[in-house]
Amino acid sequence: MNDITSQNLNELIKNIKDKKVSSEEVTKSFIKRAEKSKTLNCYITEDFDSAINKAKKFDNKPNFNLKLPGIPIAVKDLFCTKDVKTTAGSKILNNFIPTYESTVTQNLWDEGAILLGKLNCDEFAMGSSNETSFFGNVQNPIDLNLVPGGSSGGSSAALASNLTPVTIGTDTGGSIRQPASFTGTVGLKPTYGSCSRYGIVAFASSLDQAGPMAKNVKDCALLQEVISSYDSKDSTSIDFKRNNYSKLLKNDIKGKKIGIPREYRVEGMPKEIEDLWIKGKELVKECGAEVIDISLPHTNFALPAYYIVAPAEASSNLARYDGVKYGFRSQGENLIDMYEKTRSEGFGNEVKRRIMIGTYVLSSGYYDAYYLKAQKVRKLIKNDFDEAYKTVDAIITPSTPSSAFKIGEKTNDPVSMYLNDIFTVPVNLAGLPGISIPAGLDNKGYPLGLQIIGKAFDEQNLLNIAYALEEKINFQNNIKEWWIK
Amino acid sequence: MVDKMSEDLSQYLITRNKNVYEVIIGLEVHAQVLSKSKLFSSSSTKFGAEPNTQVSLVDAAFPGMLPVINEFCIKQAIKTGIGLKAKINNKSVFDRKNYFYADLPQGYQISQYKYPIVGEGVVILDMPYGQREIGIERLHLEQDAGKSIHDIDPENTFVDLNRSGVALMEIVSKPDLRTLNEVNVYIKKLRSIMRYLGTCDGNMQEGSLRADVNVSVKKKDSKTLGTRCEIKNVNSIKFMQLAIDYEANRQVDIIEEGKKIDQETRLFDTKKNETRSMRSKEDAHDYRYFPDPDLLPLEINDKFIKDLKKEIPELPDEKKKRFIEKFKLSAYEANILVSDIETSKYFEEVIKKSDIKLSTNWITGALFALLNEKNLEISQSPISAKNLSKMINLIKDGTISGKIAKSVFEIMAKGDIDPEKIIKEKGLKQESDPKELEKLIDKVINDNQDKVMEYKSGKEKLFGYFVGQAMKVSGGKANPQLINEILKKKLK
Repeated sequence: MNDITSQNLNELIKNIKDKKVSSEEVTKSFIKRAEKSKTLNCYITEDFDSAINKAKKFDNKPNFNLKLPGIPIAVKDLFCTKDVKTTAGSKILNNFIPTYESTVTQNLWDEGAILLGKLNCDEFAMGSSNETSFFGNVQNPIDLNLVPGGSSGGSSAALASNLTPVTIGTDTGGSIRQPASFTGTVGLKPTYGSCSRYGIVAFASSLDQAGPMAKNVKDCALLQEVISSYDSKDSTSIDFKRNNYSKLLKNDIKGKKIGIPREYRVEGMPKEIEDLWIKGKELVKECGAEVIDISLPHTNFALPAYYIVAPAEASSNLARYDGVKYGFRSQGENLIDMYEKTRSEGFGNEVKRRIMIGTYVLSSGYYDAYYLKAQKVRKLIKNDFDEAYKTVDAIITPSTPSSAFKIGEKTNDPVSMYLNDIFTVPVNLAGLPGISIPAGLDNKGYPLGLQIIGKAFDEQNLLNIAYALEEKINFQNNIKEWWIK
Repeated sequence: MVDKMSEDLSQYLITRNKNVYEVIIGLEVHAQVLSKSKLFSSSSTKFGAEPNTQVSLVDAAFPGMLPVINEFCIKQAIKTGIGLKAKINNKSVFDRKNYFYADLPQGYQISQYKYPIVGEGVVILDMPYGQREIGIERLHLEQDAGKSIHDIDPENTFVDLNRSGVALMEIVSKPDLRTLNEVNVYIKKLRSIMRYLGTCDGNMQEGSLRADVNVSVKKKDSKTLGTRCEIKNVNSIKFMQLAIDYEANRQVDIIEEGKKIDQETRLFDTKKNETRSMRSKEDAHDYRYFPDPDLLPLEINDKFIKDLKKEIPELPDEKKKRFIEKFKLSAYEANILVSDIETSKYFEEVIKKSDIKLSTNWITGALFALLNEKNLEISQSPISAKNLSKMINLIKDGTISGKIAKSVFEIMAKGDIDPEKIIKEKGLKQESDPKELEKLIDKVINDNQDKVMEYKSGKEKLFGYFVGQAMKVSGGKANPQLINEILKKKLK
């Protein structure tokens, strides 16, 4: 048996079911490793004592019929967790302890999982490097001073460094897929409406979607089937037939048609990314699937449209953080003064920037030119995909235009930071499922990911393709445990 | 200061320096939807609870909380739309109206901006000068805000979120109202329609019905409307009228001074009876409306509307028509009886077994006077429809006279006492036996021989005296009609 923390989810479940290891032992192993890994700054809030108690409780009365029997899991700090501080990576919620549980995390606990703690993320999920968190940078275990991606950076780093067997993140414009790509892990953004948004701190409501992050496709499939549920508490939740994705997972994709969108070949893209994509195409063919060149003509407009729609919704969603009801408050002379001080001190720069952009694009006189036009672009992007899916079953692109970059490298250049999302945002705008799987290393030894985009509600096919490619790629992450103390 | 020159009651005209101005009024009525729970949450809407006891996580806008539409409120809005003879829109959209205030937890109000649930309709007013049709522009659903309380503490403001998220219908009229009385009749008619439908209790004291009033003036012969001012949140008909009166005259004064009216939002000061500027158009909030991404567009199919139409009761206009045609009531009587659903129910209960004409007179006369005096609603009437009907039948069959009925009615009012019991106990039954009455009249004639002589010699107005004497001797119980007949015979 491998060291506990390096086992994947399915291995751990098997070992717990076979009583080779107890939930308590597993939980303590992850906690012990977390304590030696503080340098990575993955956790905002640790809930270790409580986790051990829950593990003991599980061991006393184990239920091996559950899908995640006694499995400890750390989650992104954007999910509200009952009685456990939930900050969204922001000072403004630094003292906020929910009295309620998000549907997605509740689904985890209902299947026997145990909360380890809350993982670092960009403030209100706004960022691509985890550098906007009020609680500081997260180190990518791949290399010193490398960003783990964002906004689910604490999640990707914790997963890659074996602090949690799987994790969940949220993805508004790439916040699961990009950090997965930067850390050599698997991350799925499900179809919009697949996972309930109830109890998830909102960033951009029409784009936000929770999803699983795992060390392999099979773990990812299992986690997806646990967290995805129809929820009447979320009016945008969709009641469709959800599969037992892991059970139905198969690597046979013979005869499938995979699209390669020419518009994703962007200027200045490193040759390594281009090569990776070509390699992906070849592997698809090796699996017996057909590769078809397709066009998604409005791709160029996706990023600008995204950076209008997302901030617009965010500017309104974040209005509730006003110092009146909960969270941080800075005393003021009067109501307006209190608002200004609270929000000036409580929010970080990137959040403020997006609130300002969002407020601007919704303002009277600018609404039609920006917000309305962006919504039209969004419709065109969705139409592009609909058109493409008349001929193909899925689409393959690189996950990101580069591998992980150094901490501080892009902090003063928001546009270059936003460009990180160029391949991922169209998927959110169209509400489609997308998965990033690790596909190779660049010359620095940093992981690179391939993104597979599926049809709406067709997570099964998407996971099957990822599963087949994963087998062909046989990716090996190169992590040297430099941070362990 | 006000110079209402015209006799024409259908217009409110203000004259200054020989210039005649016409006042144009439009109302935005905010009616609280009659519903046990809020528009997007399951918290109670009950009035008068302790502060912050009816607040869910959604109402207080906790992180990650999402609105879920209350289907009942949608039905109520559609029913109201049907009552306003309005177009029900198959697709409507909830938007966010963004602004910061301490009692607005989300930092936005969920409302309907571009695509309301109900479109154009009409409300018919019966005015002394004929029917007036007041156009309805739209009806949309929105959340109410909480309440800021500034007078508990000198330093702090307290916030009560019980109202936060309560469903309101905003009913926007066209600028079709022309007089203060039309405003009065319009509000009452709206309230009546909603009470018939059970969609709003119309209770202005509890704030279930409030209005923003739009006022403008224009020269009488001008075709174009003047610049309007909006007076926010007026909560009684009287204040609406006072506010309009003040505001119209203020605007005329400004125009007469050669200045221009600024389009602005104003407040009505109920202590000074004047309007005050709240904010100008330049300072107006930019609410940054956009479709709420937490809610899908509301799609209502025709069957849903058709099914709701089946639940719609007979409404005042139709009921009035029926009362006039079937019961031969005057338009005036019918109007009074249908103005309130409870009154119409009471009326129809009474006439089930009683004479329509008598019932109409007793209800609109004595009963209304009694309710007015005691400040009661008809649903709280001290006399039940059943007993009133009984009393009317006793008049009709001659058991009691109309005069005695008045005394009986007074006694009944003390606790819905059965009129038959009163008559029996007090011996008030009318004497209609001709033999007994003859005896009685003979006594009166014998006792007043001198007057009889005078009468017979031509002083005919003494007839009334004899009737009075006969009634007096009978203790008021004699059937006056028979007394008349017998007296006439005897005095020939």
